[in-house]
Amino acid sequence: MTDQSQGYVFTPTPPQPPPANMVGVVGWMRANLFNGWFNSLLTIFSLYLLYLTLPPLVNWAVVNATISGTDRALCEASPDGACWTFIKMRFNQILFGFYPEGEQWRPILTFVIGLGGLIGTAFHFAGKRWLVLFLLTAYPVIAFFLLAGGYFGLTEVETAKWGGLTVTLVVSVTGIVASFPIGILLALGRRSNMPIVRSACVVFIEVVRGVPLISVLFMASVMLPLFLPEGVSFNKLLRALVGVTLFTAAYMAEVVRGGLQAVPKGQYEGAAALGLGYWKMMILIILPQALKLVIPSIVNSFISLFKDTTLVYIVGLFDVLEIIRVSTKDANWIGFEQEGYVFAALMFWVFCFAMSRVSLRIERRLDTSHRK
Amino acid sequence: MAKDGAGAGGAPRTSLLYDPAFRSIAFQIVLLVAVVFVGWYLFHNTTQNLASRNIASGFGFLGQPAGFDIIQALVPYGQSATYGEAFLVALLNTMLISAIGIVLATIIGFVVGIARLSNNWIVSRLATVYVETLRNIPLLLQIFFWYFAVLRTLPGPKQSLSPFEGVYLNQRGLYMPVPLTEPGFWTIPVALLLGIAGAVGVSIWARRRLMATGKPFHSFWVGLALIVGLPVLAALATGVPFTFELPQIKGFNFQGGLVLIPEFMAVLFALSLYTASFIAEVVRSGVMAVSKGQSEAAHALGLRQGLTLRLVVIPQALRVMIPPMTSQYLNLLKNSSLGAAVGYPELVAVVAGTVLNQTGQAIEVIALTMAVYLTFSLIISLFMNWYNARKALVER
Amino acid sequence: MNKLSQFTIGALLALGTVTAAQAGTLDDVKKKGFVQCGVSAGLAGFSAPDDKGNYSGIDVDVCKAVAAAVFGDATKVKFTPLTAKERFTALQSGEVDLLSRNTTWTLNRDTAQGLSFAGVTYYDGQGFMVRKSLGVKSAKELDGASVCTETGTTTELNLSDYFKSNGLKYTVVALGSNSEAVAAYDSGRCDAYTTDASGLYATRIALAKPDDHMVLPEIISKEPLGPVVRQGDSQWFSVVKWSLFALVAAEEYGVTAANVDEQKASSANPEVKRLLGAEGEFGTPMGLPNDWAYKIVKQIGNYGEMFDRNVGAGSPLKIDRGINARWNKGGLQSAPPFR
Repeated sequence: MTDQSQGYVFTPTPPQPPPANMVGVVGWMRANLFNGWFNSLLTIFSLYLLYLTLPPLVNWAVVNATISGTDRALCEASPDGACWTFIKMRFNQILFGFYPEGEQWRPILTFVIGLGGLIGTAFHFAGKRWLVLFLLTAYPVIAFFLLAGGYFGLTEVETAKWGGLTVTLVVSVTGIVASFPIGILLALGRRSNMPIVRSACVVFIEVVRGVPLISVLFMASVMLPLFLPEGVSFNKLLRALVGVTLFTAAYMAEVVRGGLQAVPKGQYEGAAALGLGYWKMMILIILPQALKLVIPSIVNSFISLFKDTTLVYIVGLFDVLEIIRVSTKDANWIGFEQEGYVFAALMFWVFCFAMSRVSLRIERRLDTSHRK
Repeated sequence: MAKDGAGAGGAPRTSLLYDPAFRSIAFQIVLLVAVVFVGWYLFHNTTQNLASRNIASGFGFLGQPAGFDIIQALVPYGQSATYGEAFLVALLNTMLISAIGIVLATIIGFVVGIARLSNNWIVSRLATVYVETLRNIPLLLQIFFWYFAVLRTLPGPKQSLSPFEGVYLNQRGLYMPVPLTEPGFWTIPVALLLGIAGAVGVSIWARRRLMATGKPFHSFWVGLALIVGLPVLAALATGVPFTFELPQIKGFNFQGGLVLIPEFMAVLFALSLYTASFIAEVVRSGVMAVSKGQSEAAHALGLRQGLTLRLVVIPQALRVMIPPMTSQYLNLLKNSSLGAAVGYPELVAVVAGTVLNQTGQAIEVIALTMAVYLTFSLIISLFMNWYNARKALVER
Repeated sequence: MNKLSQFTIGALLALGTVTAAQAGTLDDVKKKGFVQCGVSAGLAGFSAPDDKGNYSGIDVDVCKAVAAAVFGDATKVKFTPLTAKERFTALQSGEVDLLSRNTTWTLNRDTAQGLSFAGVTYYDGQGFMVRKSLGVKSAKELDGASVCTETGTTTELNLSDYFKSNGLKYTVVALGSNSEAVAAYDSGRCDAYTTDASGLYATRIALAKPDDHMVLPEIISKEPLGPVVRQGDSQWFSVVKWSLFALVAAEEYGVTAANVDEQKASSANPEVKRLLGAEGEFGTPMGLPNDWAYKIVKQIGNYGEMFDRNVGAGSPLKIDRGINARWNKGGLQSAPPFR
């Protein structure tokens, strides 16, 4: 019996390994690169494209590049490579423009405080509200006095000497911070049921959004002086700031409006039922929810503003791009446009890419908090 | 509060302040007065400044001779041209680069957007790199790069690159042959129009038949044959009534033919590649917004990947994509103003640049420029709203 | 609160300056303690910043001369770099007190745009620069050429006039600033680059290989370049005008930065004595100290020295004095009598 029954015991054959061409590198390649003739063709074409572009680029930027020395002599010895010596020698100007060398700790300190504050907002702790308040109100004032000087024993540095990354950051950060309250007011105005207020806000928003920034800056540089009473004049930086702020405010208004629309109607009704007036309702109930929703969009606005600051050369400011362009026209360094543009591109890319990642992170964090 | 409507004879002093209707009206009046006052103040300052600085005003300058030349003019712009004509030339240049830019950016954007969703690993990575690189670098920088860094590497006119006979690429631009018409040429455009009409007719007929009988008819190839074939037939029948004018090197530059100036090419490249990176994202999120069930169902019905995309996914994605696409088109139009930075003669370069300088009439000139952009923005918005409404109708 | 408002006002003053231009530019300038001068953002020999942002050049020296006349100190001047496009608005709006930015004196500008030209710093004329490899010896051979220039200048208009009147074809590539026009020419976009002849020399030496380029002999226009002030302020107009004349007169009488002290003390020439303030009260009517011209020459030198140092034989530009020589040497530079 036992012998017989044993003959019927089912012994499963051990599972066969998957075919060699379905796993490992080969399998992965089959699944992701060569599934079907069309994809195979695409893969081959892409590889060819990479072969055409990548090796020359690496050769130019790294292998044949020059970074030692202090003038163009070494660079000319290696004409097939990039001349990073040029960037190295001009690096101080790229960061600070003509800001006096002995005072350059001031922009650095300003930047460090700002960055520290921003990093601080990424964590949760008790006094975070105060940190945000500090960044939005006190920080701009501190930054102004640090940069411009003239008080507290700091020597005055006129804005005409500011340049490079300092100007780019000053313009973009001021633009976004100053446009924030204006944008909120415009957004509230646009959703108001007072017809005159609403139409005034709609006209402003739509007109500004309908014209290019370059024309707004032109206006700030050639028309503003005509609008003001005789004898009143703004310096160039302020003019650029006014133009950029008004321009950004219109976009900010639309961003905030999106947030306001996303707040459920029940919230408005609930607040009204509690007997809150318009401003209390907005400040205590609606705006905190609406603004939280649009933080990623605000970061995105900041990214586009950051890129748009390159246009301030129109009013005669020396932002990063302009200072690099001026440097490429220096008799000692003429002909190194490619290095200049590539480096400028890299700088902008690092800033914008980092910020877009931050925006994505915030978006994800906000997203999970909603699913709870 | 509720009483003051009735209490006309009573004492509304305290309650009036708290009446929302009154407050809203009062606030609006204050705002209106403030706006009017600021407007008047600016106007007053401006007129005074203009008078005291002896600056002319009004649009009379548009009729005066301009005295400067423009490198690219789509309409004749001759010796005695006026500022008004310069304005028209600039306007057309802006329209030209925006129109071509929109078409190119849409095509590239669609390709890259779809490529990012491709299941081919390397293709989707390349597309991601493209998008993340280009959209994080300022457009102005890209324009400068194409104009100043790439142009430098092109050869001079005498060493032109010539991929085909009659086509030359050098630092002065891309030169191409241009057809010169001869008598009988009119038959070709007429044939082309007939071909287009025929193609539209065939496609309508094919759709009706598909709806009625379920039998497909590949109207695309027939239509293409009509559009291409009829003009070719007409040309052959009339004995090829045109010749090509080839660009030829005379002195130190090419003369004749059609030329795309480097400024145009640099701005066009930068503008379409930059905008395409945003459009790619719009396309990607549009496609991803279509629920997976839709394509699974289409596969289940036996539709192939391409047909699924064309017949099921894209039509639904389009609906999501139209509003963001509109704002990208508007951005492209507005960004074309950056052409001024490399001397492409568009609106800002010619009107807010040269004309402003020669006349000194800042207010009129800037107002004119802004008005044009506003009008364009309005037209594109209206068109896209109409298109949006049309597309939305498909949905039940 | 008090401190806060003080800061606010300070902040406003630092960013936007409110000046009462009506009161007279000279008084404003004295009150704020410096001359705000509009200059070119980069034209070697006329006005160009070094890598520390300090400006130098002939236009810059004119600004310094005015500061020396007003304050006795040539360093009391601040520079605003301006493009051709912005320059007149900047002056008209009071952003700058004085525009010294290789600006051509024309009828329309002097009368219809609210400007007053205070004199001529440099007599210039428009010319062309080409690559030697082009094999062109005269501007008349430029038929079919593409020409780079800066937009919004008289140059652009002269160019059009010249080619039309000579029946030549050309394409103009008009760029937003001079340095962009040069960059485009240098990159090979154009066969020729046109601007004022002085600018051509300045540009040529700034190119990577100056010897590959040449300036064509034709001068197609008259371009008297000089400092500009707002119309209707005759006191300030006089200060600028006579600061320029003082430079020219000093050269005529052989007064230099080196010998000015000695001349002031011991010159027998009454004109020199009047110029340097050793005799008479010639500064007071303008609202200046009587040794205003002495301060100018002491710190800037005379016109000849200024020319030499910035654009002439002592500079990389090596421009010949030509019509900019003084009147008794066959040139056009002369000053009315100091009397």
